[in-house]
Amino acid sequence: MSKFVYLVPLFPLLGFLINGLGRKSLSKSAISLIGSGSILVSFVVSLLIFFDVKANGGSVVTLFQFIDTDSIHIPFAFQIDQLSSLFLLIITGIGFLIHLYSSAYMHEEASPHYARYFAYLNLFVFSMLLLVLGANYVIMFIGWEGVGLCSYLLIGFWFTNNDYNYAARKAFVMNRIGDLGFLLAVFWLLSKLGTATYSDVFAQVSSLSSFDITAITMLLFVGAMGKSAQIPLYTWLPDAMAGPTPVSALIHAATMVTAGIYMIARSNILYTMAPATQTLVAVIGLATAIFAATIALRQNDIKKVLAYSTVSQLGYMFLGLGVGAYTGAVFHVMTHAFFKALLFLGAGSVIHAMHHEQDIRKMGALKKYMPVTHITFLLACLAIAGIPPFSGFFSKDEILTAAFSKNPLYYFVGVAGALMTAFYMFRLYTLTFLGQFRGTHEQEHHLHESPWQMTLPLIVLAVLSVIGGWIGIPEVFVENAHSLEHFLAPVFAESAKLAGQEHHLAASQEYMMMGGTTLAIILVILFAVNSYKKYQLSEEETTGVSKLLENKWYVDELYDAVIVNPLQALAGFFKNIIEKSGIDGLVNGVGKLVGYGSRQLRLLQSGQVGNYILVMVLGMVVFILIWFNDAAIMQLLNKIF
Amino acid sequence: MPIQYYIYFCLTLFSIGIIGVLTRRNAIIVFMCIELMLNAVNLLLVAFSKMHYAAGLRQDPATSAGIDGQLFVFFIMVVAAAEVSVGLAIIVMMYRNTHSVDINFLNRLKN
Repeated sequence: MSKFVYLVPLFPLLGFLINGLGRKSLSKSAISLIGSGSILVSFVVSLLIFFDVKANGGSVVTLFQFIDTDSIHIPFAFQIDQLSSLFLLIITGIGFLIHLYSSAYMHEEASPHYARYFAYLNLFVFSMLLLVLGANYVIMFIGWEGVGLCSYLLIGFWFTNNDYNYAARKAFVMNRIGDLGFLLAVFWLLSKLGTATYSDVFAQVSSLSSFDITAITMLLFVGAMGKSAQIPLYTWLPDAMAGPTPVSALIHAATMVTAGIYMIARSNILYTMAPATQTLVAVIGLATAIFAATIALRQNDIKKVLAYSTVSQLGYMFLGLGVGAYTGAVFHVMTHAFFKALLFLGAGSVIHAMHHEQDIRKMGALKKYMPVTHITFLLACLAIAGIPPFSGFFSKDEILTAAFSKNPLYYFVGVAGALMTAFYMFRLYTLTFLGQFRGTHEQEHHLHESPWQMTLPLIVLAVLSVIGGWIGIPEVFVENAHSLEHFLAPVFAESAKLAGQEHHLAASQEYMMMGGTTLAIILVILFAVNSYKKYQLSEEETTGVSKLLENKWYVDELYDAVIVNPLQALAGFFKNIIEKSGIDGLVNGVGKLVGYGSRQLRLLQSGQVGNYILVMVLGMVVFILIWFNDAAIMQLLNKIF
Repeated sequence: MPIQYYIYFCLTLFSIGIIGVLTRRNAIIVFMCIELMLNAVNLLLVAFSKMHYAAGLRQDPATSAGIDGQLFVFFIMVVAAAEVSVGLAIIVMMYRNTHSVDINFLNRLKN
């Protein structure tokens, strides 16, 4: 089965080509059929590959030589193992649900734009599949760039709005900064080892000096910062909300932001051998988790809250990677994909019903109008908040437990972030679904549940959000029940060997930690629901810390002041001074000089024949003196005179 | 006769021609001065030709040294004759149009 792996990215690519080229002639139903169908077929192939890998282990499938020179050989090869087959399932499975959802959500678009949308979406999935499947860093980089491009295209999908274009540009530039780090790391690897293929790199990693490993992992992490929206390159992700809501779901759940996690999980041996980088990853992840959570506390745009919650959850994943809990990080990627896709699609359903109103202060009481959306959204909130037995509890708990064994401080900060997560999620939930309706009468009149193409993905994702965590039940509850860990063990085997025997906590302590955290989370949830149940719209200006949080700690303004404005001032200086007086001055100056010179020379053409002859004779005399100014002539002249 | 005399004489004639061309405004006189310069050169060519022939004859009775100088004289005479015919025609036309042979009237192309 593994040798048919090329089919997985092929179908989305075909979907992209058909929808992209035929956008003027295809009907909407054909477009959505091709767009969603191609992903569904990929999903089926991925499933077959997954079970094949589960039974027979992984392999590498080489399609052709991509770069084949004397010293460097980079095959176009696909890596099929436990990690990539799991990601294939997440990408194509959730990707398909999002495509299905989009077919209803985007139905108001005109047919060519509808086709353009699905073409971009398919290209996005294709790039992500390439990223995950590549058997070396170069193929991964192709996908890495591809998802960057597609996110740009989709964030700026409604390109008539300039703000959206700026958001798209911001995402692209931020990603480029990260990509530079990734590219440098790949070059470093190529120059030191002469190969970028995973198996060769990981086999030869012990021959690298510790400085090289640290530098390479740091540079790779810079790439991950950009793609997975970590401090300091996270500001593009909340702005990426400019795109259609299903695109946000795709970016946040199935594709794009998980790329950084996947890359580090894939390079786990490198990171295990670079403790300094690991500490940095953990600290950055933790800082991002808590920082983004504080911002999410005071956001009023339904999608912005979810965006900051993604940034925060990605922080947890990086914390997991940083403390060596690779399985935990991948586990959280998976569960997060379920509930975050569900949250975004639910938010999309709400926005759809509210006629593109995104301010949660103007919602409320949607519970009775949209029962399916309400229930699924509530399940997703419980999952992300970390209430057992929903999926988020298991994955977050695994990361936090691992963080505790590394450094208790990580744990307590992480738990603080988790409490904030519970608070802002239930603030969002309460403001949206409980209380009384605060929108206009017209909106209230038109409230409706979404069509089946939108609710079916919600239901499927809700089921997954609830049961998705059960594949990773911790050892304390049931012996050997963590099937994900057993499944992924071959990928992380080398790292586990290097890291040595894991320090296990006492069962009683673990129970206490879980119980305490859960209790605290439940209290926070009750508090959040209570304080926002009777929320009324008020025009009061917020002050103090809440104003700071509402304005996202003024990070965007800080970046503007420190980086963007000086750069623009410099560009303005070059444009107005250097370009205008320097370069233009030079070019125009040459023209002006020639013009002036010829005006002066023109005066020689007096029209007086006598003058011409005089000049001619003088010219000849000068000519003769110069040309025949050699010794023989001088001698002759001397002799004559 | 030493060659220097020819050279001095020809230089004088040529200079008179140049000065005439430069200073006079009557087209016919300018024309005559040009002829004067041409003839100065002709004379010099003949003189040098004779000088080289005399020098060559001392070594070889059948020499043809210096003959090309005389050839060029004929060239110049032919060219001068053609020039005269064209030039005089121009002067005649000029006189018909302007009733003058002053070369400073020939500035119609200016501006």
